[in-house]
Formats: sequence, C-alpha cells, structure tokens
Amino acid sequence: MNWSLFWDLTVSGLTLGSVYALIALGYTMVYGILKLLNFAHGDVYMIGAFMGWFALHWLGGPVNPSATAWLVVVLMFLFAMVACGGLGVAIERFAYRPLRNAPRIAPLISALGVSFFLQNSALLLFGASFRDYDTFHLIGAKTYNYKDIFLSVPQLLTIVSAIGLMIGLTLLVARTKIGKAMRATSFDREAASMMGIDVDRVIASTFFIGSALAGAAGVMFALVFGQIYHFMGFLAGLKGFTAAVIGGIGSIPGAMLGGLLVGLAESYATGYLPQGSTFQNLYVFALLILIILIRPSGLLGKADVKKV
Amino acid sequence: MSVNGAASLLALVGIDTYYGQIHILEKLNLEVREGELVSLLGGNASGKSTTLKTILGLVQPRNGTVEFRGENVTGRTTSYRIKRGMAIVPENRRLFGPMTVLENLEMGAYLNRDGRGRKEDFERVYTLFPLLKERRNQLAGTLSGGEQQMVAMGRALMSHPKLLLMDEPSMGLAPILVERSFEIIQQVHQSGVAMLIVEQNANMALSIADRGYVLSTGRLVLEGPAGQLLEHEDLRKAYLGR
Repeated sequence: MNWSLFWDLTVSGLTLGSVYALIALGYTMVYGILKLLNFAHGDVYMIGAFMGWFALHWLGGPVNPSATAWLVVVLMFLFAMVACGGLGVAIERFAYRPLRNAPRIAPLISALGVSFFLQNSALLLFGASFRDYDTFHLIGAKTYNYKDIFLSVPQLLTIVSAIGLMIGLTLLVARTKIGKAMRATSFDREAASMMGIDVDRVIASTFFIGSALAGAAGVMFALVFGQIYHFMGFLAGLKGFTAAVIGGIGSIPGAMLGGLLVGLAESYATGYLPQGSTFQNLYVFALLILIILIRPSGLLGKADVKKV
Repeated sequence: MSVNGAASLLALVGIDTYYGQIHILEKLNLEVREGELVSLLGGNASGKSTTLKTILGLVQPRNGTVEFRGENVTGRTTSYRIKRGMAIVPENRRLFGPMTVLENLEMGAYLNRDGRGRKEDFERVYTLFPLLKERRNQLAGTLSGGEQQMVAMGRALMSHPKLLLMDEPSMGLAPILVERSFEIIQQVHQSGVAMLIVEQNANMALSIADRGYVLSTGRLVLEGPAGQLLEHEDLRKAYLGR
C-alpha cells in the first residue's frame, strides 16, 4: 500500500471535511430551530470567501500585506465571520421571519430565492472572473510533516481552527445561557417563549452563529484551494447539506461527523476509485443515499419522537 | 401578601380574541386580585387555553385590554410580561425533554438577572420538591408524569412570579398525584403567589379556589365565590357547554 498517497488523501479529506462540517453546522442549527432547510446557506459561505478576499486586499493584498501574515489571516476570518453573521441575521429577518407561520414550503421557496439573489448579486458586484487569495505569497509554501504525513500551513490552519470553532460551539450550546435557550427553543418554541425567552432573538443568534461558521469555512476553503467565484456556494452548500443529513439533521455532533465523512469520502474517492477525480461527487452522493437507506435519520440523528 | 379583595393584580377588560375568522373569546372580563386563587372552568374548546395565551401575550386580542400590576400590557411581549411577574405551568407541562431537570429550572429563571437570587430560587424550589434536587442531572423527558409535573411547577416558580398561571394541572396524572398536585398548589398559594388555574376538574379546582369563572364557547357564563359556584345548579350545564 502506498502510505504516502493515503496520508495525502487523508489530510486533504480532513481539510475538506472541516470546511463541510462548518457548513453543515449552519444547516443543522437552523433546521433544528426552525425546521427550515436554509438553501441560501451555501451562498453565505461564498460571500464569506469574498469577504475574506476583500479584507485581504484592504489590508494591502497578499504580496505587500500591511501587517504580519498571521494577523492578516485572523482579520480575514473575523471580517468574513462578522459580515456573514450579519448577512445571516438579515436573511432571517427579511426572508424567513415574515413566513414564520406560513406553510413550510413557503420559507423553503424563499430560501431558494435568497440563494439565487446572493449568487446573482455576487456576479453583479464582484464579476464573473475567478479570484485567488494567493496564499503562496501571503503565507508561503511551508509544510509541516510527521513521518509521511505532510500538512501545508493553510491545511493545518483549517483543521485546527475548525476544531477550535467546533469545540467553541459545543461549549456555547451546552453551557451558556443563549446556548440553553437555543436548545429549549429548538425543542419547543412556544414553551420557550412561555419562559420569557425572546424566541426571535434566539433564532437571530442561531443564524448569526451558523452563518459566521459558513463565513469561516469560505475563508478556509479559499486559503487551501485557492479560487473563489460567485457559484462556488452551490456545490459546497449541497455537500454541507449532505453532511448534515448523513450525520442526522438537527444534531450538532452529527454535522461535524457528517462533514468529516463527506470530506474523507470525497478525497478517497478521488484517489482510489475508478475515474475518482472526475466522479468524486457521484461517490459522495452515493454514500448519502446508502447511509440514508440504512439509517433514515442519519448517523447520530434521532428518529422523530412525537412530543407528548 | 395582601388581603383578598385588595388590589387588582390582573384584569382582562372586554377581551375579544380571534383565530383568523373564528371568534374565540367574546367580551371577556376577568380579574385576579393580589394573593388570590382563581379557577377558570370550562369544557373542551371553551376558550380556557386561549384566555391564558391572551394573558401571556402569545395571542393578541383584537379588542380589549390586559392589565397587569396596574399597567396596560396589551401590546407588550410575552417576555416583558414574564419579567413583570407572570409565570405559567403549561398544559401537558411542556418540559424541555432533552435537557436536564437543572437546565429546565434554569430556563424558568431565564429573565432573572442577578446570580445571587438564583441560588435562593433553586433552594426554594428544592425545598418544595426535594426529589428535583436528587434528579437534577437527569433528562426531564425520562421522568414520570408526576415528577414532570413537579419540574413544571418548579420551573414556573424559579422566576418569583406574582401571578402563576396553571393550564390543566391535573391532566394526565393519576388521581393520587392530582391530589398531591393540588396540595402543592395550595402550599404555593399560601406563600403569597396569586394563581389562575384553568381546569376541567371543576370540583377539585373550586375546592381550593377563592373565586371561579366558568367559560362556555368563549363567553363567561358564571362567576362568583368558589363556594357558591360549587353549589350552583347551572355549573354542570355551563361546564358541559350546553
């Protein structure tokens, strides 16, 4: 067995998986609280990648950054996350909240509309050409290795910061007041409001956090894989959604697991399966179908228990 | 605690509530005074739960006003009203099943700002329901019906309410638990909390109440001191909605 190829594929799968996991978290959190599939989520991720690009260029660009590279990268992340968080809150406020009590199909259509709106706005405002973070100039081509396992700086950065964000999110949901309010609201919205919980604010916070994670994912993807363009959110969004469903939609650990699985599956498929580099998506979605056939509620999802 | 018959704590004045075109509550007038225990009786679909939702602001009335502690709160949010001193034990308890007993109680104190008060609140609730202290790390959804009822009451008491609303506290409980539940209600009431109890179990509810109201298809058909209502000939008729 060629271990060096295996480790390369694993590292690249984990990197990709981190990105998918962060996207999947936004899907699953919004679904958990509103039972809404937010199909605009992939496009928020795309906007995040662009916001990172703008932050980079406001800070002098990759060749002559006005601060040290690390600081620039941190600021790119922060800017993209805050901008996407704000965008998510705005989307909820204007596209979903007015439909809160409408039949469930209505906000779904609205989500598709927002998706097209964001894609085409990006096309209009940012143009159709591909852009590049030019990570090579920004942080160089240094790689770290442990025996056969090679990690580039952006890969390491992606995996480590994704893990950090996931731990942060887990603690937030488990321990903090807003996290508990989110869980309460997602279980029973009316009962939550009966406790005095401002449900609108909890939902807005959920969108902020989920969208900020997507923004971070956008920057990560662009740092590792380079090119960004207005349509990049479509497939990434679908993969993130797939990850959320594989993990069990509504389940936060499920989204993390699903993301990593999808990333690894895609990467291994590229390396090992026939015509993998052309048909990796075929294999990823085949995996989705397989898992859903065996476990309809996803790996860590619970079958819908009717509340008594 | 003020003497019964003193200041008005909650007053519904001329309330009309609709769900879409359907007129649910018609010109409803209802009052709970400080420290009072009031029962709201009525059969299925008589508008009892809607009355509670209107009081809490989960449903907005088309006409009329809701006054709480001398303030018109009609247009105010639920969370504002709860901050002012309302709390509810909802129908079917509506616990947060996948959360622990402790977390459920914390949700009841969601609007309490100061951390010091909360420890006292926990102590108070644990004194009333010692079992909850033992079970505090258990998921609420795994408790028995009676235990869940305790969590629901404890959760409502965490916020130090001036007015406790109870929606069908006897529903789904074994007869012995119903009695126990009403004992606790009396105990809480004696500590100075005013209560509005919505019930189908008219005898039980009136036996501990100061006053009662009877709703039938959204209209008040009877009201008066609990003792008088218990003996009232029409109660049964009104109660059955005929």
